[in-house]
Amino acid sequence: MKKDSVEKKPAGSWKKEMLVRPIRQGTVIDHIRGGQALNVLKILGIYGTTEAVVSVAMNVPSKVLGSKDIVKVEGRELEQKEVDRISLIAPDATINIIRDFEVIEKYRVELPERIDGVVKCNNPNCISNTHEPVISKFTVNKKPVDLRCVYCDHVISEGIADHLI
Amino acid sequence: MSQHIISMKDFSRDEIDIILNMAREFEPIARGSKSSLLSGKILATLFYEPSTRTRLSFETAMKRLGGDVIDLGSVESSSVAKGETLADTIRVIGNYANAIVLRHPREGAARMAAEYSKVPIINAGDGAGHHPTQTLLDLYTIARESNLSDMRIALVGDLKYGRTVHSLAYALSLYHADITLISPKQLQMPDIIKKDLKKQGANIRETSNIEEVIGEIDVLYVTRIQKERFPDTAEYQKVAGIYRVTEELLENARDNLIIMHPMPRVDEIDPSVDRTKYARYFQQSFYGVPVRMTLLAMAMGAV
Repeated sequence: MKKDSVEKKPAGSWKKEMLVRPIRQGTVIDHIRGGQALNVLKILGIYGTTEAVVSVAMNVPSKVLGSKDIVKVEGRELEQKEVDRISLIAPDATINIIRDFEVIEKYRVELPERIDGVVKCNNPNCISNTHEPVISKFTVNKKPVDLRCVYCDHVISEGIADHLI
Repeated sequence: MSQHIISMKDFSRDEIDIILNMAREFEPIARGSKSSLLSGKILATLFYEPSTRTRLSFETAMKRLGGDVIDLGSVESSSVAKGETLADTIRVIGNYANAIVLRHPREGAARMAAEYSKVPIINAGDGAGHHPTQTLLDLYTIARESNLSDMRIALVGDLKYGRTVHSLAYALSLYHADITLISPKQLQMPDIIKKDLKKQGANIRETSNIEEVIGEIDVLYVTRIQKERFPDTAEYQKVAGIYRVTEELLENARDNLIIMHPMPRVDEIDPSVDRTKYARYFQQSFYGVPVRMTLLAMAMGAV
């Protein structure tokens, strides 16, 4: 577990962090590729009617990514399945778990080798897109990120977020 | 080797070689010698799409080895018409038979069936997906009639929708074949498949002109442009009949050239070519029997 105190950060990054207010308890998802924040919210099941306290920053300048999005969710820590889903659309994302305004754990998402029941195959003729009792299954290629259907071999390489179940 | 036969990607070159060597031993039985190797065993054939050669050659293979065959019959008159899922059908038939041969219009159907089946599933074609037993008989034909190592092959016709050429090209890449892909632009092999082949180390080039390569190749593998795979008939009309192998074309062929076709053909090989020394497509359809005998014997644990 890597401790990372918010106060220790240099002044410049404070300005970026202050684009959205700090949270007491919950999760900060940082280094999301620019433009993917709304898809991350979709993965977390956060829609317009949510009661959760959520802050979103989009297209924040980033040295590594060019531009990045940040999502802060109050009062919630993510399940592994949610982190796996986020890794598909934001493979550089970092997850910061916050308790009492302190980052108590920080880690980078990691793409799983296989992902089941998360993405719908883009081949309309695939057996996984029928009324058969079958869960979609994909093997994950990491660089570049693409998904290969275990059943029909079709590959999803672009717009993975559009295929999330 | 898995008990199921789903995709050529599940086979190593060594495993393919074992199958081809064994098929050679089954050839006399395929020609009529008596065998009771699979006596007491039952094969179920489930064809959700029409088939002549594949179904009949599996039946022939099973019967020549002394086994019996049960058949689902037409989909319209079976439980499928009542809305039964493939997963249920497979589990029910698995109680009656020692192995199931499945052809289904959906890609991935055989892979899913294997997840539900307690008996071996042999994929006899899943939509535009895999048809491994055809590929194995194609490889066997090349091994018997030409040479599998260091050969130059041209695959002609529908390289986009044709499932046999995708599986065959993949298997040939294991033998480091020199592969020329000949098709009109609309029917070129999908990029993702070419990428996979290159990853395997295949040597591939593309052209739309048969004349350009006819004098350089050992095997000419011709495929039918499949009307039923086209989403749009206007698109089909644009490319129908675009390639035709004739005696005239073969004037520049190498002496040892062999011509193959998975059949049925429409007009892509002129009937006059049947009489030439190059034609091997009828021989190829016979080789389906010893190869499928091998696969059945392996699946049922008899060898």
